[in-house]
Amino acid sequence: MPHPADPPRVIATPSIGIRDLRVRRGGRLVLPGVSVEIDPGIVTGLLGPSGSGKTTLMRAIVGVQIVESGEVTVLGAPGGSPENRRRVGYVTQAPSVYGDLTVRENLHYFSRVLGVPTDRIEEAIAVVDLGGHEGQVVRTLSGGERSRVSLASALLGKPDVLVLDEPTVGLDPVLRRDLWSTFHALADEGVTLLVSSHVMDEAERCDELILMRDGSIVATGSPGELRSRTGQDDLEDAFLALAEAA
Amino acid sequence: MSLRITVATAARVLRQIRRDHRTLALIVVVPPVLLTLFKYVFYGQEETFNRVGPPMVGLFPFISMFLVTSIAMLRERTTGTLERLMSLPLGKLDLLLGYGIAFAALAVVQATVTALVAFGLLGLDSQGPAWLIVLLAVANALLGMALGLLLSAFAQTEFQAVQFMPAFVLPQILLCGLLIDRAQMARALEVLSNVLPLTYAYDALARATADDLGRRLVVDAAVVGGAIVLALLLGATTLRRRTA
Repeated sequence: MPHPADPPRVIATPSIGIRDLRVRRGGRLVLPGVSVEIDPGIVTGLLGPSGSGKTTLMRAIVGVQIVESGEVTVLGAPGGSPENRRRVGYVTQAPSVYGDLTVRENLHYFSRVLGVPTDRIEEAIAVVDLGGHEGQVVRTLSGGERSRVSLASALLGKPDVLVLDEPTVGLDPVLRRDLWSTFHALADEGVTLLVSSHVMDEAERCDELILMRDGSIVATGSPGELRSRTGQDDLEDAFLALAEAA
Repeated sequence: MSLRITVATAARVLRQIRRDHRTLALIVVVPPVLLTLFKYVFYGQEETFNRVGPPMVGLFPFISMFLVTSIAMLRERTTGTLERLMSLPLGKLDLLLGYGIAFAALAVVQATVTALVAFGLLGLDSQGPAWLIVLLAVANALLGMALGLLLSAFAQTEFQAVQFMPAFVLPQILLCGLLIDRAQMARALEVLSNVLPLTYAYDALARATADDLGRRLVVDAAVVGGAIVLALLLGATTLRRRTA
Protein backbone atom coordinates (compact mmCIF):
# COMPACT_ATOMS: atom_id res chain seq x y z
CA MET A 1 0.00 0.00 0.00
CA PRO A 2 1.58 3.29 -1.03
CA HIS A 3 1.47 5.28 2.18
CA PRO A 4 4.88 6.61 2.94
CA ALA A 5 5.38 7.04 6.67
CA ASP A 6 7.27 10.23 6.00
CA PRO A 7 5.73 11.94 2.99
CA PRO A 8 8.03 14.00 0.81
CA ARG A 9 7.36 17.53 2.02
CA VAL A 10 7.80 20.10 -0.65
CA ILE A 11 8.80 23.34 0.99
CA ALA A 12 6.42 25.70 -0.73
CA THR A 13 3.57 27.99 0.04
CA PRO A 14 0.27 26.13 0.27
CA SER A 15 -1.38 25.87 -3.12
CA ILE A 16 -4.86 26.14 -1.61
CA GLY A 17 -5.63 28.53 1.22
CA ILE A 18 -9.05 28.90 2.78
CA ARG A 19 -9.89 31.51 5.40
CA ASP A 20 -13.13 31.86 7.37
CA LEU A 21 -15.18 30.31 4.59
CA ARG A 22 -18.90 30.56 5.22
CA VAL A 23 -21.32 28.87 2.85
CA ARG A 24 -25.08 28.68 3.11
CA ARG A 25 -27.00 26.19 0.97
CA GLY A 26 -30.78 26.18 0.95
CA GLY A 27 -30.90 28.43 4.04
CA ARG A 28 -28.68 26.07 6.03
CA LEU A 29 -25.21 27.13 7.13
CA VAL A 30 -23.21 24.27 5.64
CA LEU A 31 -19.75 25.72 6.31
CA PRO A 32 -19.86 28.06 9.34
CA GLY A 33 -16.32 29.40 8.93
CA VAL A 34 -13.68 26.98 7.71
CA SER A 35 -9.97 27.74 7.54
CA VAL A 36 -7.44 25.29 6.15
CA GLU A 37 -4.35 25.10 3.97
CA ILE A 38 -3.48 22.41 1.46
CA ASP A 39 0.09 21.78 0.31
CA PRO A 40 1.30 20.93 -3.19
CA GLY A 41 3.08 17.71 -4.04
CA ILE A 42 1.09 15.49 -1.69
CA VAL A 43 -2.27 13.74 -1.64
CA THR A 44 -4.60 15.34 0.88
CA GLY A 45 -7.61 13.32 1.93
CA LEU A 46 -10.83 15.08 2.85
CA LEU A 47 -12.56 12.62 5.13
CA GLY A 48 -15.88 12.79 6.85
CA PRO A 49 -19.37 11.36 6.83
CA SER A 50 -21.89 12.15 4.15
CA GLY A 51 -23.32 15.64 4.72
CA SER A 52 -20.26 16.95 6.56
CA GLY A 53 -19.59 19.63 3.93
CA LYS A 54 -16.84 17.96 1.89
CA THR A 55 -18.46 18.59 -1.49
CA THR A 56 -19.34 22.17 -0.59
CA LEU A 57 -15.73 22.85 0.41
CA MET A 58 -14.50 21.34 -2.87
CA ARG A 59 -17.02 23.35 -4.90
CA ALA A 60 -15.79 26.53 -3.22
CA ILE A 61 -12.17 25.66 -4.09
CA VAL A 62 -13.08 25.07 -7.73
CA GLY A 63 -15.18 28.25 -7.76
CA VAL A 64 -18.61 26.90 -8.65
CA GLN A 65 -20.09 27.49 -5.19
CA ILE A 66 -21.74 30.74 -4.13
CA VAL A 67 -20.02 31.65 -0.88
CA GLU A 68 -21.34 33.99 1.79
CA SER A 69 -17.98 35.22 3.02
CA GLY A 70 -14.39 34.22 3.45
CA GLU A 71 -11.42 33.79 1.19
CA VAL A 72 -10.44 30.97 -1.13
CA THR A 73 -7.02 31.26 -2.77
CA VAL A 74 -5.86 28.66 -5.26
CA LEU A 75 -2.38 28.94 -6.81
CA GLY A 76 -2.22 32.55 -5.72
CA ALA A 77 -5.48 33.56 -7.37
CA PRO A 78 -9.07 33.61 -6.07
CA GLY A 79 -10.82 30.24 -6.44
CA GLY A 80 -12.65 30.01 -9.76
CA SER A 81 -10.76 32.91 -11.37
CA PRO A 82 -10.38 32.63 -15.16
CA GLU A 83 -6.68 31.69 -14.99
CA ASN A 84 -7.50 28.87 -12.58
CA ARG A 85 -10.09 27.29 -14.87
CA ARG A 86 -7.20 25.88 -16.88
CA ARG A 87 -5.05 24.92 -13.89
CA VAL A 88 -7.64 23.27 -11.65
CA GLY A 89 -9.26 19.95 -12.51
CA TYR A 90 -12.50 18.98 -10.80
CA VAL A 91 -14.28 15.64 -10.78
CA THR A 92 -17.76 15.72 -9.31
CA GLN A 93 -19.15 12.79 -7.37
CA ALA A 94 -21.76 11.98 -10.04
CA PRO A 95 -19.92 11.52 -13.33
CA SER A 96 -20.44 14.69 -15.37
CA VAL A 97 -19.92 13.46 -18.90
CA TYR A 98 -22.23 13.15 -21.90
CA GLY A 99 -24.07 9.82 -21.72
CA ASP A 100 -24.98 9.88 -25.40
CA LEU A 101 -21.39 10.24 -26.61
CA THR A 102 -18.65 7.61 -26.70
CA VAL A 103 -15.71 7.70 -24.30
CA ARG A 104 -13.44 9.11 -26.99
CA GLU A 105 -16.01 11.69 -28.17
CA ASN A 106 -16.38 12.97 -24.60
CA LEU A 107 -12.63 13.26 -24.13
CA HIS A 108 -12.21 14.81 -27.57
CA TYR A 109 -14.72 17.54 -26.76
CA PHE A 110 -13.14 18.36 -23.39
CA SER A 111 -9.67 18.38 -24.96
CA ARG A 112 -10.89 20.93 -27.51
CA VAL A 113 -12.40 23.07 -24.74
CA LEU A 114 -9.08 22.94 -22.88
CA GLY A 115 -7.10 23.42 -26.09
CA VAL A 116 -4.74 20.51 -25.41
CA PRO A 117 -3.30 18.13 -28.03
CA THR A 118 -5.45 15.11 -28.83
CA ASP A 119 -2.72 12.58 -27.92
CA ARG A 120 -3.60 13.38 -24.30
CA ILE A 121 -6.84 11.48 -24.91
CA GLU A 122 -5.07 8.11 -25.26
CA GLU A 123 -2.90 8.95 -22.25
CA ALA A 124 -5.90 9.73 -20.08
CA ILE A 125 -7.72 6.58 -21.24
CA ALA A 126 -4.68 4.52 -20.28
CA VAL A 127 -4.41 6.12 -16.83
CA VAL A 128 -8.00 5.24 -15.93
CA ASP A 129 -7.69 1.85 -17.62
CA LEU A 130 -10.51 2.27 -20.10
CA GLY A 131 -8.59 0.86 -23.06
CA GLY A 132 -10.93 -1.13 -25.29
CA HIS A 133 -13.94 1.00 -24.29
CA GLU A 134 -13.00 4.08 -26.35
CA GLY A 135 -15.78 3.59 -28.87
CA GLN A 136 -18.46 2.69 -26.33
CA VAL A 137 -21.33 5.07 -25.65
CA VAL A 138 -20.93 6.26 -22.05
CA ARG A 139 -24.55 5.52 -21.13
CA THR A 140 -23.89 1.80 -21.69
CA LEU A 141 -20.90 1.72 -19.30
CA SER A 142 -21.08 0.63 -15.67
CA GLY A 143 -21.20 3.29 -12.94
CA GLY A 144 -17.53 2.79 -12.09
CA GLU A 145 -16.49 3.04 -15.73
CA ARG A 146 -18.51 6.22 -16.15
CA SER A 147 -16.81 7.85 -13.18
CA ARG A 148 -13.44 6.92 -14.74
CA VAL A 149 -14.45 8.73 -17.95
CA SER A 150 -15.20 11.73 -15.76
CA LEU A 151 -11.79 11.41 -14.08
CA ALA A 152 -10.04 11.03 -17.45
CA SER A 153 -11.71 14.26 -18.63
CA ALA A 154 -10.21 16.10 -15.67
CA LEU A 155 -6.72 14.66 -16.32
CA LEU A 156 -6.64 15.89 -19.95
CA GLY A 157 -5.51 19.39 -19.10
CA LYS A 158 -2.68 18.20 -16.79
CA PRO A 159 -3.96 20.51 -14.06
CA ASP A 160 -1.73 21.73 -11.22
CA VAL A 161 -4.56 21.17 -8.75
CA LEU A 162 -6.87 18.16 -8.89
CA VAL A 163 -10.03 18.16 -6.79
CA LEU A 164 -11.63 14.72 -6.77
CA ASP A 165 -14.95 14.11 -5.06
CA GLU A 166 -15.18 10.44 -4.03
CA PRO A 167 -13.36 9.21 -7.16
CA THR A 168 -13.01 5.57 -6.12
CA VAL A 169 -16.55 4.74 -4.99
CA GLY A 170 -17.73 1.43 -6.40
CA LEU A 171 -14.45 0.60 -8.09
CA ASP A 172 -12.78 -2.77 -8.23
CA PRO A 173 -10.07 -3.08 -5.48
CA VAL A 174 -7.29 -3.63 -8.00
CA LEU A 175 -8.27 -0.56 -9.97
CA ARG A 176 -8.71 1.41 -6.75
CA ARG A 177 -5.13 0.57 -5.77
CA ASP A 178 -3.88 1.53 -9.24
CA LEU A 179 -5.70 4.85 -9.14
CA TRP A 180 -4.23 5.68 -5.75
CA SER A 181 -0.74 5.02 -7.10
CA THR A 182 -1.61 7.27 -10.04
CA PHE A 183 -2.63 9.98 -7.57
CA HIS A 184 0.70 9.61 -5.77
CA ALA A 185 2.63 9.64 -9.05
CA LEU A 186 0.88 12.91 -9.95
CA ALA A 187 1.67 14.32 -6.51
CA ASP A 188 5.32 13.41 -7.01
CA GLU A 189 5.25 15.57 -10.13
CA GLY A 190 4.13 18.47 -7.94
CA VAL A 191 0.37 18.30 -8.46
CA THR A 192 -1.84 19.24 -5.51
CA LEU A 193 -4.46 16.55 -4.96
CA LEU A 194 -7.50 16.88 -2.75
CA VAL A 195 -9.45 13.63 -2.62
CA SER A 196 -12.63 13.21 -0.63
CA SER A 197 -13.89 9.96 0.77
CA HIS A 198 -16.33 8.78 3.38
CA VAL A 199 -14.56 5.47 3.92
CA MET A 200 -11.77 5.44 6.46
CA ASP A 201 -9.68 2.74 4.79
CA GLU A 202 -8.87 5.26 2.08
CA ALA A 203 -7.48 7.63 4.69
CA GLU A 204 -4.46 5.35 5.01
CA ARG A 205 -3.55 6.05 1.41
CA CYS A 206 -3.31 9.81 1.91
CA ASP A 207 -0.24 11.80 2.94
CA GLU A 208 -2.25 14.36 4.83
CA LEU A 209 -5.80 14.27 6.19
CA ILE A 210 -8.52 16.79 6.83
CA LEU A 211 -11.28 15.34 8.99
CA MET A 212 -14.63 17.07 8.71
CA ARG A 213 -17.83 16.77 10.67
CA ASP A 214 -20.94 19.00 10.55
CA GLY A 215 -19.21 21.59 8.38
CA SER A 216 -16.24 22.01 10.70
CA ILE A 217 -12.73 20.67 10.51
CA VAL A 218 -12.21 18.28 13.40
CA ALA A 219 -8.52 17.62 12.84
CA THR A 220 -5.72 17.79 10.29
CA GLY A 221 -2.46 15.88 10.08
CA SER A 222 -0.86 12.83 8.56
CA PRO A 223 -2.39 9.40 9.33
CA GLY A 224 0.58 8.69 11.58
CA GLU A 225 0.18 11.95 13.50
CA LEU A 226 -3.53 11.42 14.02
CA ARG A 227 -2.91 7.91 15.32
CA SER A 228 -0.25 8.97 17.78
CA ARG A 229 -2.24 12.04 18.89
CA THR A 230 -5.22 9.87 19.81
CA GLY A 231 -3.33 6.75 20.83
CA GLN A 232 -5.52 4.71 18.47
CA ASP A 233 -4.13 2.25 15.95
CA ASP A 234 -7.18 2.33 13.79
CA LEU A 235 -7.94 5.58 11.92
CA GLU A 236 -11.66 5.01 12.32
CA ASP A 237 -11.18 4.95 16.12
CA ALA A 238 -8.89 7.95 15.87
CA PHE A 239 -11.60 9.83 13.99
CA LEU A 240 -14.15 8.89 16.66
CA ALA A 241 -11.86 10.08 19.42
CA LEU A 242 -11.20 13.37 17.63
CA ALA A 243 -14.88 13.92 16.81
CA GLU A 244 -15.92 13.31 20.41
CA ALA A 245 -13.21 15.60 21.76
CA ALA A 246 -14.19 18.39 19.36
CA MET B 1 -14.96 33.91 -26.76
CA SER B 2 -13.07 31.27 -28.68
CA LEU B 3 -13.78 30.03 -32.19
CA ARG B 4 -12.17 26.67 -31.36
CA ILE B 5 -14.50 26.05 -28.41
CA THR B 6 -17.58 27.32 -30.26
CA VAL B 7 -16.97 24.99 -33.20
CA ALA B 8 -16.15 22.07 -30.89
CA THR B 9 -19.38 22.69 -28.98
CA ALA B 10 -21.46 22.81 -32.17
CA ALA B 11 -19.86 19.55 -33.36
CA ARG B 12 -20.48 17.93 -29.98
CA VAL B 13 -24.18 18.94 -29.95
CA LEU B 14 -24.67 17.65 -33.51
CA ARG B 15 -22.93 14.41 -32.60
CA GLN B 16 -25.31 13.93 -29.67
CA ILE B 17 -28.34 14.51 -31.88
CA ARG B 18 -26.99 12.29 -34.63
CA ARG B 19 -26.68 9.43 -32.19
CA ASP B 20 -30.37 9.82 -31.31
CA HIS B 21 -31.81 8.44 -34.56
CA ARG B 22 -35.40 8.62 -33.46
CA THR B 23 -35.27 12.31 -32.54
CA LEU B 24 -33.48 13.05 -35.79
CA ALA B 25 -36.14 11.17 -37.76
CA LEU B 26 -38.94 12.95 -35.91
CA ILE B 27 -37.40 16.35 -36.59
CA VAL B 28 -37.11 15.69 -40.31
CA VAL B 29 -40.19 13.54 -40.96
CA VAL B 30 -42.92 15.07 -38.79
CA PRO B 31 -43.20 18.48 -40.52
CA PRO B 32 -43.67 17.03 -44.04
CA VAL B 33 -46.19 14.50 -42.68
CA LEU B 34 -48.15 17.24 -40.90
CA LEU B 35 -48.17 19.38 -44.03
CA THR B 36 -49.48 16.41 -46.01
CA LEU B 37 -52.19 15.98 -43.39
CA PHE B 38 -52.92 19.67 -43.65
CA LYS B 39 -53.30 19.53 -47.42
CA TYR B 40 -55.98 16.85 -47.18
CA VAL B 41 -57.74 18.51 -44.25
CA PHE B 42 -58.28 21.45 -46.59
CA TYR B 43 -59.17 19.09 -49.43
CA GLY B 44 -60.25 21.08 -52.47
CA GLN B 45 -59.43 24.42 -50.82
CA GLU B 46 -56.16 25.08 -52.61
CA GLU B 47 -56.28 28.77 -51.75
CA THR B 48 -56.27 28.16 -47.99
CA PHE B 49 -53.49 25.60 -48.29
CA ASN B 50 -51.40 28.00 -50.37
CA ARG B 51 -51.94 30.83 -47.87
CA VAL B 52 -51.23 28.89 -44.66
CA GLY B 53 -48.85 26.21 -45.99
CA PRO B 54 -45.69 28.28 -46.61
CA PRO B 55 -45.77 30.00 -43.18
CA MET B 56 -46.17 26.56 -41.61
CA VAL B 57 -43.01 25.39 -43.39
CA GLY B 58 -41.29 28.31 -41.71
CA LEU B 59 -42.81 27.80 -38.25
CA PHE B 60 -42.07 24.09 -37.70
CA PRO B 61 -38.37 24.67 -36.98
CA PHE B 62 -39.33 27.18 -34.29
CA ILE B 63 -41.33 24.55 -32.43
CA SER B 64 -38.85 21.67 -32.91
CA MET B 65 -35.78 23.63 -31.91
CA PHE B 66 -37.51 25.19 -28.92
CA LEU B 67 -38.29 21.74 -27.56
CA VAL B 68 -34.99 20.07 -28.39
CA THR B 69 -32.89 22.94 -27.03
CA SER B 70 -34.77 23.35 -23.80
CA ILE B 71 -34.42 19.64 -23.01
CA ALA B 72 -30.78 19.52 -24.14
CA MET B 73 -29.83 22.49 -21.95
CA LEU B 74 -31.84 21.14 -19.03
CA ARG B 75 -29.85 17.90 -19.34
CA GLU B 76 -26.60 19.86 -19.27
CA ARG B 77 -27.78 21.41 -16.03
CA THR B 78 -29.05 18.24 -14.35
CA THR B 79 -26.22 15.88 -15.34
CA GLY B 80 -23.52 18.24 -14.12
CA THR B 81 -21.91 18.76 -17.51
CA LEU B 82 -22.83 22.46 -17.39
CA GLU B 83 -21.09 22.75 -14.02
CA ARG B 84 -18.03 21.06 -15.49
CA LEU B 85 -18.04 23.39 -18.49
CA MET B 86 -18.41 26.41 -16.22
CA SER B 87 -15.30 25.31 -14.31
CA LEU B 88 -13.34 25.10 -17.59
CA PRO B 89 -11.95 27.89 -19.79
CA LEU B 90 -15.19 28.06 -21.77
CA GLY B 91 -17.00 31.34 -22.34
CA LYS B 92 -20.78 31.46 -21.95
CA LEU B 93 -20.98 32.83 -25.48
CA ASP B 94 -18.98 29.84 -26.79
CA LEU B 95 -21.63 27.53 -25.41
CA LEU B 96 -24.60 29.58 -26.66
CA LEU B 97 -23.16 30.13 -30.14
CA GLY B 98 -22.13 26.47 -30.33
CA TYR B 99 -25.74 25.52 -29.69
CA GLY B 100 -26.87 28.15 -32.19
CA ILE B 101 -24.66 26.83 -34.99
CA ALA B 102 -25.70 23.22 -34.34
CA PHE B 103 -29.41 23.93 -34.34
CA ALA B 104 -29.21 26.27 -37.31
CA ALA B 105 -27.54 23.45 -39.26
CA LEU B 106 -30.28 21.08 -38.17
CA ALA B 107 -32.93 23.64 -39.14
CA VAL B 108 -31.45 23.98 -42.62
CA VAL B 109 -31.95 20.25 -43.12
CA GLN B 110 -35.44 20.26 -41.62
CA ALA B 111 -36.67 23.31 -43.53
CA THR B 112 -35.13 22.14 -46.80
CA VAL B 113 -36.73 18.70 -46.61
CA THR B 114 -40.06 20.21 -45.56
CA ALA B 115 -39.91 22.79 -48.36
CA LEU B 116 -39.00 20.16 -50.97
CA VAL B 117 -41.92 17.97 -49.94
CA ALA B 118 -44.35 20.90 -49.67
CA PHE B 119 -43.45 22.77 -52.85
CA GLY B 120 -42.61 19.64 -54.81
CA LEU B 121 -44.72 16.64 -53.88
CA LEU B 122 -47.69 18.46 -52.35
CA GLY B 123 -47.83 21.11 -55.06
CA LEU B 124 -47.84 23.96 -52.56
CA ASP B 125 -47.78 27.24 -54.42
CA SER B 126 -46.13 30.35 -53.00
CA GLN B 127 -46.09 33.62 -54.90
CA GLY B 128 -42.82 34.56 -53.25
CA PRO B 129 -39.49 32.75 -53.48
CA ALA B 130 -39.25 29.40 -51.68
CA TRP B 131 -35.63 30.03 -50.66
CA LEU B 132 -36.79 33.01 -48.63
CA ILE B 133 -39.23 30.76 -46.76
CA VAL B 134 -36.36 28.37 -45.96
CA LEU B 135 -34.14 31.26 -44.85
CA LEU B 136 -36.86 32.61 -42.56
CA ALA B 137 -37.39 29.06 -41.27
CA VAL B 138 -33.74 28.95 -40.17
CA ALA B 139 -34.13 32.32 -38.43
CA ASN B 140 -37.20 30.96 -36.66
CA ALA B 141 -35.23 27.88 -35.60
CA LEU B 142 -32.69 30.18 -33.99
CA LEU B 143 -35.50 32.08 -32.27
CA GLY B 144 -36.91 28.82 -30.93
CA MET B 145 -33.44 27.74 -29.80
CA ALA B 146 -32.73 31.02 -28.02
CA LEU B 147 -36.09 30.99 -26.22
CA GLY B 148 -35.62 27.31 -25.35
CA LEU B 149 -32.20 28.02 -23.84
CA LEU B 150 -33.63 30.87 -21.81
CA LEU B 151 -36.71 29.03 -20.56
CA SER B 152 -34.77 25.86 -19.69
CA ALA B 153 -33.33 27.85 -16.79
CA PHE B 154 -36.81 27.98 -15.27
CA ALA B 155 -37.48 24.25 -15.48
CA GLN B 156 -36.23 21.82 -12.88
CA THR B 157 -37.44 18.67 -14.60
CA GLU B 158 -38.05 17.50 -18.15
CA PHE B 159 -41.78 17.37 -17.36
CA GLN B 160 -41.73 21.09 -16.68
CA ALA B 161 -39.62 21.85 -19.74
CA VAL B 162 -42.08 20.03 -22.00
CA GLN B 163 -44.98 21.98 -20.49
CA PHE B 164 -43.32 25.23 -21.58
CA MET B 165 -44.33 24.24 -25.10
CA PRO B 166 -48.10 24.69 -24.51
CA ALA B 167 -47.40 27.53 -22.06
CA PHE B 168 -45.13 29.69 -24.21
CA VAL B 169 -45.27 28.41 -27.77
CA LEU B 170 -48.96 27.65 -28.31
CA PRO B 171 -50.21 31.13 -27.27
CA GLN B 172 -47.73 32.69 -29.69
CA ILE B 173 -48.99 30.46 -32.49
CA LEU B 174 -52.61 31.31 -31.63
CA LEU B 175 -51.91 35.03 -31.61
CA CYS B 176 -49.38 35.38 -34.44
CA GLY B 177 -52.00 35.83 -37.17
CA LEU B 178 -51.73 32.36 -38.67
CA LEU B 179 -55.23 31.28 -37.62
CA ILE B 180 -56.96 34.61 -37.94
CA ASP B 181 -56.00 38.10 -38.96
CA ARG B 182 -54.71 39.90 -35.88
CA ALA B 183 -56.91 42.94 -36.56
CA GLN B 184 -59.98 40.75 -36.03
CA MET B 185 -58.88 39.61 -32.57
CA ALA B 186 -60.01 41.23 -29.33
CA ARG B 187 -58.11 44.51 -28.99
CA ALA B 188 -56.21 43.37 -25.88
CA LEU B 189 -54.96 40.27 -27.68
CA GLU B 190 -53.91 42.30 -30.68
CA VAL B 191 -51.86 44.56 -28.41
CA LEU B 192 -50.38 41.52 -26.69
CA SER B 193 -49.48 39.97 -30.03
CA ASN B 194 -47.47 43.09 -30.85
CA VAL B 195 -44.89 42.18 -28.24
CA LEU B 196 -44.61 38.48 -29.09
CA PRO B 197 -41.67 37.62 -31.36
CA LEU B 198 -43.54 34.92 -33.30
CA THR B 199 -45.96 37.59 -34.57
CA TYR B 200 -43.11 39.15 -36.53
CA ALA B 201 -41.80 35.76 -37.63
CA TYR B 202 -45.24 34.90 -39.03
CA ASP B 203 -45.69 38.32 -40.61
CA ALA B 204 -42.37 37.95 -42.45
CA LEU B 205 -43.40 34.50 -43.68
CA ALA B 206 -46.84 35.73 -44.80
CA ARG B 207 -45.24 38.60 -46.72
CA ALA B 208 -42.68 36.29 -48.32
CA THR B 209 -45.55 33.98 -49.32
CA ALA B 210 -47.46 36.87 -50.90
CA ASP B 211 -44.29 38.10 -52.63
CA ASP B 212 -44.60 41.35 -50.65
CA LEU B 213 -40.84 41.84 -50.36
CA GLY B 214 -40.85 45.39 -49.06
CA ARG B 215 -39.63 47.39 -46.12
CA ARG B 216 -42.08 45.73 -43.70
CA LEU B 217 -40.51 42.34 -44.36
CA VAL B 218 -37.10 43.77 -43.49
CA VAL B 219 -38.51 45.28 -40.30
CA ASP B 220 -40.11 41.94 -39.37
CA ALA B 221 -36.85 40.09 -39.97
CA ALA B 222 -34.95 42.67 -37.92
CA VAL B 223 -37.39 42.25 -35.00
CA VAL B 224 -36.90 38.47 -35.14
CA GLY B 225 -33.12 38.99 -35.22
CA GLY B 226 -33.33 41.37 -32.27
CA ALA B 227 -35.46 38.88 -30.33
CA ILE B 228 -32.87 36.15 -30.95
CA VAL B 229 -30.05 38.35 -29.66
CA LEU B 230 -32.09 39.50 -26.65
CA ALA B 231 -33.09 35.94 -25.71
CA LEU B 232 -29.47 34.77 -26.05
CA LEU B 233 -28.22 37.61 -23.85
CA LEU B 234 -30.88 36.85 -21.24
CA GLY B 235 -30.00 33.17 -21.59
CA ALA B 236 -26.34 33.99 -20.94
CA THR B 237 -27.31 35.55 -17.60
CA THR B 238 -28.93 32.25 -16.58
CA LEU B 239 -25.63 30.39 -17.11
CA ARG B 240 -23.97 30.87 -13.76
CA ARG B 241 -20.40 29.96 -12.98
CA ARG B 242 -21.36 29.75 -9.32
CA THR B 243 -24.52 28.17 -8.03
CA ALA B 244 -26.01 27.63 -4.60
